[in-house]
Amino acid sequence: MSSTFKTVAGIISETADIPREQITPESHAIDDLGIDSLAFLDIAFAIDKAFGIKLPLEQWTQEVNEGKAPAEEYFVLKNLVARIDALVAAKQA
Amino acid sequence: MRLEYFEMIDQVTSLDRDAKRIEARSTVPMESPVFEGHFPGHPLVPGVLLTETMAQASGYLVLGLTDFSHMPFLMGVDKARFRTFVPPGTVLTVTATLEHEGSGYAVTKAKIMTEGKPVCDAELRFRIMPFPDGMDSLMRAQGKRIGLLGETA
Repeated sequence: MSSTFKTVAGIISETADIPREQITPESHAIDDLGIDSLAFLDIAFAIDKAFGIKLPLEQWTQEVNEGKAPAEEYFVLKNLVARIDALVAAKQA
Repeated sequence: MRLEYFEMIDQVTSLDRDAKRIEARSTVPMESPVFEGHFPGHPLVPGVLLTETMAQASGYLVLGLTDFSHMPFLMGVDKARFRTFVPPGTVLTVTATLEHEGSGYAVTKAKIMTEGKPVCDAELRFRIMPFPDGMDSLMRAQGKRIGLLGETA
Protein backbone atom coordinates (compact mmCIF):
# COMPACT_ATOMS: atom_id res chain seq x y z
CA MET A 1 0.00 0.00 0.00
CA SER A 2 1.55 3.32 -1.08
CA SER A 3 2.17 6.23 1.24
CA THR A 4 -0.08 8.31 -1.02
CA PHE A 5 -2.95 5.89 -0.47
CA LYS A 6 -2.39 5.90 3.28
CA THR A 7 -2.49 9.69 3.33
CA VAL A 8 -5.62 9.82 1.15
CA ALA A 9 -7.38 7.13 3.17
CA GLY A 10 -6.56 9.00 6.37
CA ILE A 11 -7.97 12.22 4.92
CA ILE A 12 -11.17 10.49 3.79
CA SER A 13 -11.59 8.76 7.12
CA GLU A 14 -11.17 11.98 9.07
CA THR A 15 -13.08 14.30 6.74
CA ALA A 16 -16.03 12.04 5.94
CA ASP A 17 -16.06 10.19 9.28
CA ILE A 18 -15.65 6.77 7.65
CA PRO A 19 -13.89 3.97 9.57
CA ARG A 20 -10.40 3.61 8.17
CA GLU A 21 -10.75 -0.17 7.73
CA GLN A 22 -13.61 0.35 5.25
CA ILE A 23 -11.38 2.31 2.90
CA THR A 24 -9.45 0.19 0.40
CA PRO A 25 -7.71 0.90 -2.92
CA GLU A 26 -10.70 -0.66 -4.66
CA SER A 27 -13.24 1.57 -2.89
CA HIS A 28 -15.33 3.87 -5.07
CA ALA A 29 -15.52 7.17 -3.21
CA ILE A 30 -19.12 7.81 -4.22
CA ASP A 31 -20.68 4.37 -4.75
CA ASP A 32 -18.92 2.44 -1.96
CA LEU A 33 -18.08 5.11 0.61
CA GLY A 34 -21.15 7.31 0.05
CA ILE A 35 -19.17 10.54 -0.22
CA ASP A 36 -21.32 13.31 -1.71
CA SER A 37 -20.09 16.13 -3.89
CA LEU A 38 -19.76 18.68 -1.07
CA ALA A 39 -17.89 16.23 1.14
CA PHE A 40 -15.62 15.45 -1.78
CA LEU A 41 -14.73 19.15 -2.04
CA ASP A 42 -13.65 19.06 1.61
CA ILE A 43 -11.54 16.00 0.82
CA ALA A 44 -10.11 17.72 -2.27
CA PHE A 45 -9.09 20.70 -0.12
CA ALA A 46 -7.28 18.42 2.32
CA ILE A 47 -5.59 16.56 -0.56
CA ASP A 48 -4.59 19.84 -2.25
CA LYS A 49 -3.01 21.02 1.00
CA ALA A 50 -1.33 17.72 1.84
CA PHE A 51 0.30 17.27 -1.57
CA GLY A 52 0.64 20.89 -2.73
CA ILE A 53 -1.41 20.25 -5.86
CA LYS A 54 -4.74 21.29 -7.37
CA LEU A 55 -7.00 18.35 -8.18
CA PRO A 56 -8.75 19.26 -11.47
CA LEU A 57 -12.18 18.35 -10.15
CA GLU A 58 -14.12 20.55 -12.55
CA GLN A 59 -12.43 18.93 -15.53
CA TRP A 60 -13.00 15.42 -14.17
CA THR A 61 -16.65 16.12 -13.42
CA GLN A 62 -17.19 17.54 -16.88
CA GLU A 63 -15.57 14.52 -18.52
CA VAL A 64 -17.75 12.14 -16.50
CA ASN A 65 -20.93 14.12 -17.17
CA GLU A 66 -20.19 14.23 -20.90
CA GLY A 67 -19.51 10.48 -21.00
CA LYS A 68 -15.88 10.99 -22.00
CA ALA A 69 -14.60 9.05 -18.99
CA PRO A 70 -16.16 6.62 -16.52
CA ALA A 71 -16.44 7.90 -12.95
CA GLU A 72 -14.33 4.92 -11.82
CA GLU A 73 -11.34 6.46 -13.57
CA TYR A 74 -11.23 9.26 -11.03
CA PHE A 75 -13.19 8.13 -8.01
CA VAL A 76 -11.93 4.58 -7.37
CA LEU A 77 -9.22 5.29 -4.84
CA LYS A 78 -6.37 3.43 -6.54
CA ASN A 79 -7.04 5.52 -9.65
CA LEU A 80 -7.36 8.72 -7.65
CA VAL A 81 -4.05 7.93 -5.94
CA ALA A 82 -2.36 7.34 -9.30
CA ARG A 83 -3.59 10.74 -10.51
CA ILE A 84 -2.35 12.41 -7.33
CA ASP A 85 1.06 10.81 -7.84
CA ALA A 86 1.09 12.04 -11.46
CA LEU A 87 0.18 15.58 -10.39
CA VAL A 88 2.91 15.58 -7.73
CA ALA A 89 5.45 14.25 -10.26
CA ALA A 90 4.43 16.88 -12.81
CA LYS A 91 4.85 19.60 -10.21
CA GLN A 92 8.32 18.37 -9.27
CA ALA A 93 9.45 17.98 -12.90
CA MET B 1 -25.88 47.14 7.14
CA ARG B 2 -29.48 46.16 6.61
CA LEU B 3 -29.65 43.05 8.73
CA GLU B 4 -33.15 41.96 7.78
CA TYR B 5 -32.26 42.19 4.07
CA PHE B 6 -28.93 40.41 4.50
CA GLU B 7 -27.10 43.42 3.12
CA MET B 8 -24.13 43.05 5.42
CA ILE B 9 -21.45 45.03 3.56
CA ASP B 10 -21.78 48.81 3.32
CA GLN B 11 -18.70 49.57 1.29
CA VAL B 12 -15.61 47.88 -0.09
CA THR B 13 -12.64 50.03 0.87
CA SER B 14 -9.93 48.03 -0.89
CA LEU B 15 -9.39 45.01 -3.10
CA ASP B 16 -5.76 43.92 -3.34
CA ARG B 17 -5.47 41.50 -6.26
CA ASP B 18 -1.85 40.60 -5.50
CA ALA B 19 -2.48 39.82 -1.85
CA LYS B 20 -5.93 38.41 -2.74
CA ARG B 21 -7.43 40.41 0.08
CA ILE B 22 -10.53 42.54 0.47
CA GLU B 23 -11.39 45.09 3.14
CA ALA B 24 -14.86 46.45 3.71
CA ARG B 25 -16.69 48.64 6.17
CA SER B 26 -20.11 48.19 7.72
CA THR B 27 -22.02 50.00 10.42
CA VAL B 28 -24.49 48.12 12.56
CA PRO B 29 -27.87 49.93 12.42
CA MET B 30 -29.27 51.50 15.56
CA GLU B 31 -32.58 49.75 15.01
CA SER B 32 -33.58 46.47 13.37
CA PRO B 33 -36.33 43.89 13.85
CA VAL B 34 -33.49 41.45 14.53
CA PHE B 35 -32.84 43.22 17.84
CA GLU B 36 -36.42 42.68 18.98
CA GLY B 37 -35.56 39.04 19.54
CA HIS B 38 -31.81 39.11 20.00
CA PHE B 39 -32.23 40.08 22.79
CA PRO B 40 -35.26 41.97 24.14
CA GLY B 41 -33.85 45.04 25.84
CA HIS B 42 -30.27 43.95 25.12
CA PRO B 43 -29.69 44.33 21.37
CA LEU B 44 -26.70 42.39 19.99
CA VAL B 45 -25.82 41.29 16.45
CA PRO B 46 -26.26 37.49 16.33
CA GLY B 47 -23.11 35.47 15.67
CA VAL B 48 -24.78 33.88 12.67
CA LEU B 49 -25.10 37.33 11.07
CA LEU B 50 -21.46 38.11 11.83
CA THR B 51 -20.63 34.84 10.07
CA GLU B 52 -22.79 35.96 7.15
CA THR B 53 -20.90 39.26 7.11
CA MET B 54 -17.57 37.43 6.86
CA ALA B 55 -19.05 35.17 4.17
CA GLN B 56 -20.28 38.12 2.12
CA ALA B 57 -16.90 39.85 2.31
CA SER B 58 -15.28 36.59 1.20
CA GLY B 59 -17.83 36.16 -1.57
CA TYR B 60 -17.19 39.66 -2.88
CA LEU B 61 -13.47 38.90 -2.76
CA VAL B 62 -13.98 35.85 -5.00
CA LEU B 63 -16.32 37.81 -7.29
CA GLY B 64 -13.80 40.62 -7.56
CA LEU B 65 -10.83 38.34 -8.23
CA THR B 66 -12.76 36.38 -10.88
CA ASP B 67 -14.35 39.49 -12.44
CA PHE B 68 -17.81 38.19 -11.63
CA SER B 69 -17.37 35.12 -13.84
CA HIS B 70 -18.69 32.62 -11.26
CA MET B 71 -20.80 32.69 -8.12
CA PRO B 72 -19.40 31.57 -4.75
CA PHE B 73 -21.86 29.74 -2.49
CA LEU B 74 -21.00 29.20 1.17
CA MET B 75 -20.48 25.50 1.86
CA GLY B 76 -18.51 25.37 5.08
CA VAL B 77 -17.55 27.35 8.17
CA ASP B 78 -14.59 26.24 10.26
CA LYS B 79 -12.93 27.60 13.37
CA ALA B 80 -15.48 30.37 13.92
CA ARG B 81 -14.78 32.41 17.05
CA PHE B 82 -16.85 35.29 18.43
CA ARG B 83 -14.69 37.37 20.71
CA THR B 84 -16.84 40.29 21.79
CA PHE B 85 -20.41 41.59 21.77
CA VAL B 86 -21.54 43.80 18.89
CA PRO B 87 -24.21 46.35 19.85
CA PRO B 88 -26.11 48.76 17.55
CA GLY B 89 -24.01 51.54 16.04
CA THR B 90 -20.76 49.57 15.99
CA VAL B 91 -18.50 50.34 13.02
CA LEU B 92 -17.01 47.13 11.67
CA THR B 93 -13.94 46.56 9.51
CA VAL B 94 -14.32 43.28 7.63
CA THR B 95 -11.37 41.62 5.91
CA ALA B 96 -11.05 38.40 3.93
CA THR B 97 -8.04 36.74 2.34
CA LEU B 98 -8.08 33.97 -0.23
CA GLU B 99 -6.24 31.04 1.35
CA HIS B 100 -6.69 28.46 -1.39
CA GLU B 101 -8.18 28.46 -4.86
CA GLY B 102 -9.19 24.93 -5.72
CA SER B 103 -10.94 23.49 -8.74
CA GLY B 104 -14.56 24.47 -8.22
CA TYR B 105 -14.08 25.73 -4.69
CA ALA B 106 -12.28 28.40 -2.69
CA VAL B 107 -11.18 28.81 0.91
CA THR B 108 -10.91 32.15 2.71
CA LYS B 109 -9.92 33.41 6.13
CA ALA B 110 -12.07 36.28 7.30
CA LYS B 111 -12.01 38.59 10.27
CA ILE B 112 -14.07 41.44 11.72
CA MET B 113 -12.52 44.16 13.83
CA THR B 114 -13.88 47.25 15.57
CA GLU B 115 -11.69 50.09 16.81
CA GLY B 116 -8.65 47.86 16.31
CA LYS B 117 -10.02 45.04 18.42
CA PRO B 118 -10.98 41.60 17.11
CA VAL B 119 -14.70 40.82 16.95
CA CYS B 120 -14.69 37.43 15.23
CA ASP B 121 -12.83 35.29 12.72
CA ALA B 122 -13.41 32.10 10.75
CA GLU B 123 -12.22 29.95 7.89
CA LEU B 124 -14.86 29.75 5.16
CA ARG B 125 -15.26 27.47 2.16
CA PHE B 126 -17.19 28.22 -0.99
CA ARG B 127 -18.38 26.19 -3.91
CA ILE B 128 -17.67 28.13 -7.10
CA MET B 129 -20.36 27.61 -9.73
CA PRO B 130 -21.74 29.23 -12.88
CA PHE B 131 -24.26 31.95 -12.09
CA PRO B 132 -27.86 30.75 -11.88
CA ASP B 133 -30.03 32.50 -14.48
CA GLY B 134 -30.38 36.18 -13.69
CA MET B 135 -28.11 36.23 -10.66
CA ASP B 136 -25.17 37.65 -12.60
CA SER B 137 -26.81 41.07 -13.07
CA LEU B 138 -28.07 41.13 -9.48
CA MET B 139 -24.62 40.50 -8.08
CA ARG B 140 -23.09 43.10 -10.37
CA ALA B 141 -25.66 45.61 -9.12
CA GLN B 142 -24.74 44.73 -5.55
CA GLY B 143 -21.06 45.03 -6.42
CA LYS B 144 -21.68 48.47 -7.86
CA ARG B 145 -23.69 49.51 -4.79
CA ILE B 146 -20.82 48.71 -2.43
CA GLY B 147 -18.05 50.04 -4.67
CA LEU B 148 -16.59 46.69 -5.67
CA LEU B 149 -17.06 47.15 -9.41
CA GLY B 150 -15.24 50.47 -9.17
CA GLU B 151 -12.36 48.61 -7.57
CA THR B 152 -12.26 45.94 -10.26
CA ALA B 153 -12.73 48.24 -13.26
